[in-house]
Amino acid sequence: MARIDLDLAHAYMANPKSDDDYALLPLAMSFADGGAYALLGPSGCGKTTLLNIVSGLVKPSRGTVKFDGVDVTARTPQQRNIAQVFQFPVIYDTMTVAENLAFPLRNRGVAPDRIARRVGQIAEMLELSGQLNMRAAGLAADAKQKISLGRGLVREDVSAVLFDEPLTVIDPHLKWQLRRKLKQIHQELKLTLIYVTHDQVEALTFAEQVVVMTRGRAVQTGSASELFDRPQHTFVGHFIGSPGMNFLPATTAGAGIDVAGRRLSLAGRGLADLGAVTLGVRPEYVTLAGESGEGAVPARVTQAQDIGTYWLLTTEVGGDGGGATSVVRARLGTRQAIPKAGETVWLTLVGAHTCFYKDDVLVAEARS
Amino acid sequence: MKTVNQRAWLLILPVVICVAFSAILPLMTVVNYSVQDIISPERRVFVGTEWFKSVMRDDDLQGALLRQIAFSFAVLVVEIPLGIALALSMPARGWHASAVLVLVAISLLIPWNVVGTIWQIYGRADIGLFGAALARLGIDYNYTGSARDAWLTVLLMDVWHWTPLVALLCYAGLRAIPDAYYQAASIDGASKLAVFRFIQLPKLRGVLMIAVLLRFMDSFMIYTEPFVLTGGGPGNATTFLSQYLTQKAVGQFDLGPAAAFSLIYFLIILLLCFILYNWMQRVGTADKEGGHG
Repeated sequence: MARIDLDLAHAYMANPKSDDDYALLPLAMSFADGGAYALLGPSGCGKTTLLNIVSGLVKPSRGTVKFDGVDVTARTPQQRNIAQVFQFPVIYDTMTVAENLAFPLRNRGVAPDRIARRVGQIAEMLELSGQLNMRAAGLAADAKQKISLGRGLVREDVSAVLFDEPLTVIDPHLKWQLRRKLKQIHQELKLTLIYVTHDQVEALTFAEQVVVMTRGRAVQTGSASELFDRPQHTFVGHFIGSPGMNFLPATTAGAGIDVAGRRLSLAGRGLADLGAVTLGVRPEYVTLAGESGEGAVPARVTQAQDIGTYWLLTTEVGGDGGGATSVVRARLGTRQAIPKAGETVWLTLVGAHTCFYKDDVLVAEARS
Repeated sequence: MKTVNQRAWLLILPVVICVAFSAILPLMTVVNYSVQDIISPERRVFVGTEWFKSVMRDDDLQGALLRQIAFSFAVLVVEIPLGIALALSMPARGWHASAVLVLVAISLLIPWNVVGTIWQIYGRADIGLFGAALARLGIDYNYTGSARDAWLTVLLMDVWHWTPLVALLCYAGLRAIPDAYYQAASIDGASKLAVFRFIQLPKLRGVLMIAVLLRFMDSFMIYTEPFVLTGGGPGNATTFLSQYLTQKAVGQFDLGPAAAFSLIYFLIILLLCFILYNWMQRVGTADKEGGHG
């Protein structure tokens, strides 16, 4: 187990010139010993590259990787004592399940009785005990992936266990089960876990700290509630949440702010001289208001969808006098009267949870 | 009630006709010859299984069969490991890879009789590079005089000609292994030997099966190379089955025994391929049976 410090940049090509040439832009990041982390972002954002740099499969073109303060940049995965589980199950076809699980230990010359005990424990944990003597090649994809997970967890002394979208091939109902298992294992073994995924639910339920990445940049690291309530970057607001945050252009003016042709009061938030900003508000915090209510703007309903546990209202805001319109979505509880498409309603946009961005970066969030 | 559509017969008719003319009718002529004694075009006598019996008891044929089995076995023993080793040492990407592929494939483009001629000259002690070099080194090498040398030369020739095929098949098989396997092995701390034993070899099973069957069938039917090199000699040291058959059919015009033996030859190949295929299949599917057990 180890604390991991990264301070690096990586490009797959020889002479990177613009930012686009980098798979990972310069970043400094730390993973605490025994923490559960998730790297979250869309495909191609650099999260797998970052993971492979931590494990040592990829050498960063610039900077260092430190484990417990020791520079390990030049070391192989074996020397770093890392375990990694890949997106698709990797199993050794000719071995039994038990032999597969024992392989990492056997390669390191662990005593046979210790191997047997450890393999037994891991198999128990992953519910593979009944299949230990079967050939691994004949098993279903999810059982194979459990074996891969097991091989990642079988060594007790690893610096960290890295997961690269390990549940992609697993059926949805088993996904929940395995994710819970992983969390449980983390609590039992206190290993440092880093988990790469593009699925926000997976990341937010698994990890204590989530690193949100886009285009080779880590834009925010934080807990689920921090990412939800205080997105530091418009990308985080947009990527986390279902649907993502609503963004509207706005202009600060004195103690107020101009949004969609209306001047709303900001009541002492100190945004006075920022000029043009972007207002961000989560659909969960957009509420129906009375006509000309405080912090509210008029909106035309274009769609009202019943999602089961809530209603999703899609509206258009602004556009009076030739200005651009913005789409605002609101999540409304099922116990209230739901407006129909075509109606005009008033929606509260500026409230306790509203955030303001300049050049995509958070400048201030509303406080109650 | 289910209606039976007889039109299907019409649809497969072209195939039936093609196969009939290309395979079944010629084979039936052979069957026809094998049960008759053809004394002259007008006089023929039905002899039943007479030819089969006499051919089976023929010492020359038994000798040729044993030589043939030994040869095919030697070919597999040398070419398969050598081909795997070659494929493992070939570069995976870059211009080196393309260059090496072309170099390796060159020998496959040379016709059989040219290969025979090349080695016939190459191995001569007076003007051939290989033969002369051995002679200079003091090694008594003479493929026209020594049975052992002739035999080794034919084997060497086949290895030179066909190992690249095995290598190319294995190379393709190796390139099809996803990178994740190597990464996982590196994380699991596997040695190079363990990577070969537990990842590469199992993943090559499919292409190796094709390579073994192809090389077995091909070497079992070898004709041109020893014919060009030594004509089956010295004595009959390099007279393999097809050469024996040609001597009978074309040389001595013993159509009956030759036909009978052709059928036996055909059945031997079929049988050995069947055994080989099933054995290799079982080596592979043993994994799967375990899973359901």
